[in-house]
Amino acid sequence: MRKLSRESWINSVLVLLLALAPLCASLLDEPYYVSLASRVVIIAMAAVGLNLALGFGGLISFGHAAFFGLGGYVAGVAAYHAFDGSYFIGGIPGSDQMPVIWLVAVLVAGLAAAFIGVISLRTQGVYFIMITLAFAQMIYYFAISFPTYGGEDGLSIYVRNSLFSLDTSDPLIFFGICFFSLMLSIFFTRRLMGSRFGAALTMARLNEVRLATSGVEPFPIRLTAFVLSAMITSGAGALFADLNGFVSPSMLSWHHSGELMVIVILGGVGRLFGPVAGAVVFVLLETFIGGFTQHWQFFLGLILLSVVLFANGGLIGLLAGRSRHD
Amino acid sequence: MTEAVLRIEKLRKSFGALKATDDVTLDLKPGEIHALIGPNGAGKSTLIAQISGGLSPDSGHIYLGQENVTGLSIAARAKRGLGRCFQISSLAMPLSVRRNVMMASQAVTGTSFSFWKQTDRDLEQLEATEKVLARVGLLPRADVPVAELSHGERRQVEVACALALKPKVLLLDEPMAGMGAGGSERLTGFLEELKQEVPILLVEHDMDAVFRLADRISVLVYGQIIAQGSADMIRRDPVVREAYLGTEE
Amino acid sequence: MSIALVLEQLLNGVQLGVMLFTMASGLTLVFGVMGLINLSHGSLYMMGAFICAYVAGITGSFWVGLLAGALGAGVMGAIIELVVIRRLYDRDHLDQVLATFALILIFSEGTSWIFGASPLWLDMPDLLGGSVSLPGGVTYPLYRLMIILVGILIAIGLYLLISRTRIGMRIRAGENDREMIGALGVNISALYTFVFAVGAVLAGLAGSLLGVLQSVQVGMGEPMLILAFVVIVIGGIGSIKGALVGALLVGVVDTMGRIFLPSLFSLILDNADATSVGSALASMLIYLLMAVVLAVKPKGLFPANA
Repeated sequence: MRKLSRESWINSVLVLLLALAPLCASLLDEPYYVSLASRVVIIAMAAVGLNLALGFGGLISFGHAAFFGLGGYVAGVAAYHAFDGSYFIGGIPGSDQMPVIWLVAVLVAGLAAAFIGVISLRTQGVYFIMITLAFAQMIYYFAISFPTYGGEDGLSIYVRNSLFSLDTSDPLIFFGICFFSLMLSIFFTRRLMGSRFGAALTMARLNEVRLATSGVEPFPIRLTAFVLSAMITSGAGALFADLNGFVSPSMLSWHHSGELMVIVILGGVGRLFGPVAGAVVFVLLETFIGGFTQHWQFFLGLILLSVVLFANGGLIGLLAGRSRHD
Repeated sequence: MTEAVLRIEKLRKSFGALKATDDVTLDLKPGEIHALIGPNGAGKSTLIAQISGGLSPDSGHIYLGQENVTGLSIAARAKRGLGRCFQISSLAMPLSVRRNVMMASQAVTGTSFSFWKQTDRDLEQLEATEKVLARVGLLPRADVPVAELSHGERRQVEVACALALKPKVLLLDEPMAGMGAGGSERLTGFLEELKQEVPILLVEHDMDAVFRLADRISVLVYGQIIAQGSADMIRRDPVVREAYLGTEE
Repeated sequence: MSIALVLEQLLNGVQLGVMLFTMASGLTLVFGVMGLINLSHGSLYMMGAFICAYVAGITGSFWVGLLAGALGAGVMGAIIELVVIRRLYDRDHLDQVLATFALILIFSEGTSWIFGASPLWLDMPDLLGGSVSLPGGVTYPLYRLMIILVGILIAIGLYLLISRTRIGMRIRAGENDREMIGALGVNISALYTFVFAVGAVLAGLAGSLLGVLQSVQVGMGEPMLILAFVVIVIGGIGSIKGALVGALLVGVVDTMGRIFLPSLFSLILDNADATSVGSALASMLIYLLMAVVLAVKPKGLFPANA
């Protein structure tokens, strides 16, 4: 019990720092650091989504960049059509309203995840890893070879999409939107894992036979978790597109899927705030080692290798002790 | 004649040339313990797996009450009232006793697709779980992780999980294995009492317990049932003595 | 659309297929024998190509480069097996994925650190620069024909290694029962290093051979790696036979799809749309093939532990 409260304490400090940093940066008139904080928060949210499948459900998805990218492309394509007044297939108009975009992003990613999940969840272990990777790659190649939306070059969002009457182009307000979304997704995950569904998902991870013997089919539980997880990640993708004013196939790349996994692991698998810690560390490494050398990923590789070989349990695990939040 | 709660008809299963289950027919009536015995490699595990839904038979049928459940999954059969304990404990080790048992009561007290309401505030489910835990005498250990329990206690948790399903039939696979004398004595008493409520299909190596508990016994050798009847009949049956009991003594 | 074109594309498909098999056989062996999923297999492919290009550049001989590429990748493989991989056999797949992902980062960034960001070029050996006329009116590049030949030789070699030799017997024993092989007194760690190094040699060979047809650059390994994953998922993880069938299927379907789907679509759509829809669909074709195979046989065409 003491360990748990220590973990909550660490979490609170982490969230507070994350919320205060951009405020300070904004006061010091450093908009770059506000955007950097938004980047951390969005990547953290994508990883929160992956953590639901990977950490809580034990589903090692190596294809979550697909959902991240789909979210981004929905934002990009919607804005593209809204900008020049053209239509998507079937006369669907574009939109520059974030709530509409989010809804569509989440639905599109949910559908894609349902399709991928139905096929890949029939298998387990290595098969699941490879199949999720392969399907993500399929979507990646589709984006590259489909010229209407920029193909390999990607798609620009000229004006940041809007949310009600907020000034979304103000970095601090945009950060606020992202931060709120992240907190919402963490709160949602927490409620979910405390519910009956969460109990079943935990059991699916720990002992599938026990779950079935208890009268609950494992497959629909896993599929639902996979879909929900994809939805959260796609929401983050839509925000990411707005942050950068740009979407490109690189959002969908397998490399990105790997990075999301790394963030979840760095932070601590299956810990509610693990992805946040992971994202902070990841973006800081990227920014600061990246400032010294463009080969910063070489060092990321070394760090990751040592974490995997020598420090199971991630950063929050190191700070809060090994016992996991089950 | 009372209606059987579990009926297995002409079940067959082969692995290559090996007939693991060879035309097995047996049933379980309300209020009885039906023991399934046989030497190692007789095909007991294969038979149990087919009854619980882990393996599908090549031919034959399994009825739970009136319903043909042959094609159903493990979970579907469990939901219809087939409670099961495993030969080797199959529990979620890091979770508490309570969490393990709650999982089983979850399926009977409602859906698992509830995303908002927190289980630690779900009074109905909590009470159902407490009741079962009290019944098997595990209440004082309710919040201990299963990993920290003794072997005997884990068997009790298994039984509690099966009971939490409010089963119509209990399938117990060697519940006495690895239990001390005191433990198996207590479990024997418990099962004797329980059978009035839920009939039990019992696979067991402990012959004392089998002869004490079982109303009927089926003897499985090389996938076939070579004898079926009351404990006394089986004890006296020369074929059984030769094929099975003789080799044990 | 002439028969010659179809034949030529079929040969291209087979050529891609045999190279995929060369990649996939190493992956599937390592999984079958050691239970390890190795993402860094693509890095070994890349290392092979780089070493080959570098050595060929110095010595002026492609063949010396080829030998160096294959052996160099093999040595690299043996080293990473000794230093990193063997700590992963007892870990779960998540740890294996992460650690080998870390290896990819280290190899990719390390390579671009040493060789710079711009691609290297590997010249075709003069001996194989020409084309040959085949029956059916096809003129086919000699080099590609040699690749097909090498692929066939590798397939036969692997078959002989596994079915006819003492080491092959141990590999098969290891696949079936990891404890038994220990009980037989076989030196497991040496066997594992050997199997991993064989996979690495094959990856390096494939990288060197294909380096001539593509440019040699950082990141060239991963598309091959993912294709090889698709191959072994289709074929059945752990099965060499499955890898061969899967590789040829993927190679032919991918190559044919890219050429013929756009023209197929031009029959129903107008030209610009047809090209874009056709090529987009063609790029998805092998993944759809994988989806269909899995829907019918979740463990692949030749499940290894059936």
